[in-house]
Amino acid sequence: MSKTITIDPVTRIEGHSKITIQLNDQGQVDEARFHVTQFRGFEKFTEGRPYYEMPGITARICGICPISHLLASAKACDDLLGVRIPAAADRARRILHMGQTVQSHALSFFHLSAPDILLGMDADPAKRHVLGLAQAHPEIAKEGIWLRMFGQQVIEWLAGRRIHPAWVVPGGVATPLTAEVRDKILEGIPRAIEITQRALELWHGVLGEFKEEVATFGNFPTHFLSLTAPDGGLDLYDGNLRLRDAQRGIVADQLDPTAYDEHIGEAVEPWSYLKMPFYRPQGYPEGIYRVGPLARLNNADHCGTELADKELAEFRKLSANGGAVLSSFHYHYARLIEILYCLETARELLNHPDCLDTNVRAVAQPSRREGVGVAEAPRGTLIHHYRINDGGQIAWANLIIATGHNNMAMNRGITQAAKKFVHGDRIEEGALNRVEAVIRCYDPCLSCSTHALGQMTLRLQLLDSNGNVLDEKARA
Amino acid sequence: MNSPPEKARIATIWLDGCSGCHMSFLDIDHRLLEIADRIELVYGPLVDHKEFPENVDVTIVEGAITNEEDEHKIRLVRERTKLLVALGDCAVTGNVPSLRNSFSVDSLYSRAYIENAAEQPAIPKEDIPPLLDRTRPLHEVVSVDLHVPGCPPHPDHIFSVLGDLLDGHIPHLGTIVRFG
Ligand code: SF4
Repeated sequence: MSKTITIDPVTRIEGHSKITIQLNDQGQVDEARFHVTQFRGFEKFTEGRPYYEMPGITARICGICPISHLLASAKACDDLLGVRIPAAADRARRILHMGQTVQSHALSFFHLSAPDILLGMDADPAKRHVLGLAQAHPEIAKEGIWLRMFGQQVIEWLAGRRIHPAWVVPGGVATPLTAEVRDKILEGIPRAIEITQRALELWHGVLGEFKEEVATFGNFPTHFLSLTAPDGGLDLYDGNLRLRDAQRGIVADQLDPTAYDEHIGEAVEPWSYLKMPFYRPQGYPEGIYRVGPLARLNNADHCGTELADKELAEFRKLSANGGAVLSSFHYHYARLIEILYCLETARELLNHPDCLDTNVRAVAQPSRREGVGVAEAPRGTLIHHYRINDGGQIAWANLIIATGHNNMAMNRGITQAAKKFVHGDRIEEGALNRVEAVIRCYDPCLSCSTHALGQMTLRLQLLDSNGNVLDEKARA
Repeated sequence: MNSPPEKARIATIWLDGCSGCHMSFLDIDHRLLEIADRIELVYGPLVDHKEFPENVDVTIVEGAITNEEDEHKIRLVRERTKLLVALGDCAVTGNVPSLRNSFSVDSLYSRAYIENAAEQPAIPKEDIPPLLDRTRPLHEVVSVDLHVPGCPPHPDHIFSVLGDLLDGHIPHLGTIVRFG
């Protein structure tokens, strides 16, 4: 008799979800499904709002990466206005984005995943969280908290507050950088780099203990999608779309991101509020691809900063044949490398001779009816697309959120891990945690992706072939 | 020797919000380690418990009530919690999530899953909770002991509110907090 196992809620992720694992008649794992259970409706309810409210409203999609939404939204508005923002505004937005990426990656690594990596996948679930980490490894927990705080402070110093600041506006930013803020950020960067380097050492030290996880946590060939700079380098704020395959061969390059719609379609599955984006030339579901830190490092030719490039060379060695790094377990590693890149890049931008230039805002009226803004959010490519009416009110919106792109890969990844770790109708706690940990690799932001945000939750259910629930696993 | 004081059982939940209120809670930074000795986190997005426990001293709720699961959850939480705190504008007033209330549920679904879908357009219905007809703030569904507005509330305010609750009294927030 076939069965389904449910994990609900999936914990230590940023959103509402559950997982069901379908067993076949022989009691082996057939398929696992990642259900996103929240829906909010931003694409519709923003209708009628003035376009310039969009950055403020859409930032409320996500409190973890509000800056990414602010930026993608402001870029879509820049496009509606038909303006090119001043160079100093471009740099200011980039520095802000670096702060956001550092805090978000630090949260993912230290607060959400380090408990698995440092305390162990089979550790007592009652202690397997950031406060438990603080007891077992106080120094690491302190450093992780400090690093996230620094990223948040960069945002606060530049934009006035940590969460949902109003500093990014269509046409640029509201106020120029001050020398005081520049110096404060520059002062913190060396410590932030040290902490990141220590986390990398730690990572290299424990990686050997996770051979099974590396082999089965979403380890399969897919394409990889991200923005890259015109020279092929890593870029989190701007650039053009690039797609590489599992061998690291370039499938498509320098695609205009405002024409995303020609390359990316979204499919709907009846069991999740999260849609399944796919690469149109290959159709659904063959057109599976991944986004985010792993995809960006597979795609980029270089980071363009010293320490990050050194680490990138190590990252490349993970694939023996010069192909892409395929295991989603290495999202964690890629995230740490990107933190280095962000800190080094922020330092460069802050040392730019025109850093304090006061020309930071272009003023204009809408000149187009349609605008697209694309940025690399911490979790991957983020697309905001608006149409407005004569009065400048939103008539239609489409949002494709980073986590959404990874939806197919997350489903395939948990199926792979479930096949390895779940046997018969008994669910071991550690097995359940591993299936969830696959999801944590992608650091999904589900509030974002369904234009919703939810509980970090997951349910494991064992169903028979008629869909009847035979067993449910919930940690008490 | 004195036995260590019993830790307060604290839960946090996240309904229809953006996680910003939870993030603002984390923004108390190192003070997190200070309070770690005084509290036990018995449920919430940062810990691994799957079942909302009994006898919770304080539950901090982020977000409004938008789907059947939220409604079910908040009633359960209310039953099992001594002090229920609505944290942030979404929980207090409905805020941005309630912008959807001027549109029909069908039109919200249609935009996302029919109009803006290239393959298999259809409204998802299997194994996921349907939206309620409108988004509601907490106090419309359950009784709330303390409202802390802000989008999100400032971390210093969250820290002082939590401190007061741990000391056993409900703070008078007066003018120290504000909406937005
Ligand atoms: S009140 Fe603001 S910060 Fe808090 S959940 Fe709602 S939108 Fe996010």
